[in-house]
Amino acid sequence: MTDLLIGRDLHKSFGLIPALRGASISVAAGEIVAVMGPSGCGKSTLLHCLAGILAPDAGEVHFAGRRIDQLPDRERVQLRRTEFGFVFQFGQLVPELPAIENIALPLRLAGKNSRTALAAAAGWLRRLDLDGLGTRLPGELSGGQGQRVALARALIAHPRVVFADEPTGSLDSFAADQMMDLIVDTARENGTSVIVVTHEARVAAHADRTVVIRDGLNAIQVGAA
Amino acid sequence: MTISYALLTLLEGSARHGYDLKQSYDRRLAAATKPIQFGQIYRILAQLVRDGRAEVLGVEAGAGPDRKRYAITAEGVTDLDAWLSEPEEPQPLLHSVLFTKVLLALISGRSAKRFLDVQRATHLAAMTRLTHARRRATTTQDAILIDFQLFHIEADLRWLDHTESRLAALAEEVRDDRPADRP
Repeated sequence: MTDLLIGRDLHKSFGLIPALRGASISVAAGEIVAVMGPSGCGKSTLLHCLAGILAPDAGEVHFAGRRIDQLPDRERVQLRRTEFGFVFQFGQLVPELPAIENIALPLRLAGKNSRTALAAAAGWLRRLDLDGLGTRLPGELSGGQGQRVALARALIAHPRVVFADEPTGSLDSFAADQMMDLIVDTARENGTSVIVVTHEARVAAHADRTVVIRDGLNAIQVGAA
Repeated sequence: MTISYALLTLLEGSARHGYDLKQSYDRRLAAATKPIQFGQIYRILAQLVRDGRAEVLGVEAGAGPDRKRYAITAEGVTDLDAWLSEPEEPQPLLHSVLFTKVLLALISGRSAKRFLDVQRATHLAAMTRLTHARRRATTTQDAILIDFQLFHIEADLRWLDHTESRLAALAEEVRDDRPADRP
């Protein structure tokens, strides 16, 4: 498999506190990789550096053969809009927009007209078992429903990589399993690579490969590289 | 004891022959326990009849033990109700080898952390295999059985992480047992 996303010898500090001390990771096209570790180990910082949200202090990030860690902010924002999708622990949905408009948002930001974007969003409502919930505000959805809206929003623009930071952290174990099954199934259908950050082994076990981070460095890897 | 109550539950549904009871038991419970032998089925049925919790409804013509039809009695139903209402004592399920290896690594001056890392990778790999098996499960029963194994392995993993954070304190406690020539 060809590596789509590569982070090499990444260093990042916040003030005097080192969060990453040389962590490296690669993700192939269509691969699902989990990044595990205890709180404060640097796994979210690693995710943010790979996604172009943070610029590392040292090291390199390459996406589709192109180095991205030194791109200007404007270009990294554009990359995140066109190639990446994001799912966060608490969804981070826009509270004033109903579910269908939250899902459509990436397409609207990409310049698609409202009718096209909402039609695509309606398809995702059906696909993720959210029929009838399109007009509900985020505050009117259950935790599991909200996360499925977040997943639809992450996937609607057909990103090549989805970054999921503790996507099941606010869910009970059954809803968490359902969410991970959905992430894996929809990623496989679309050929999307996924990087999941989690502190739970049960979530990481859904991935093709797990990288364990300790104190900002790679510790162990489980699964074929 | 569990097999007796399994048979009583199956008999509560309808009167049955020993052969039917074995087929049903193996289909529902063998994966979680182990398959049951015919001899065992008939010994337990005989005991249930002696206890008054089951009775023989009729004996059909022919040789062999499987000519009898068994049914649960009212006493059997009462006893089954009581057993299904009782909670079981939590089983700590101490994985004594893991605990022992950590302790002995520290006492012998070897790296307990390295053992924990290797063990963690093995546990994670097992969880991945089981999770993929659960995705392929075609029945809820099979999925829940795999979940049972997953939750227990996850509990071990939490203990491994928790123990790693306390290695220094544990090493200090066993210092007196360490050979003099080991650091």
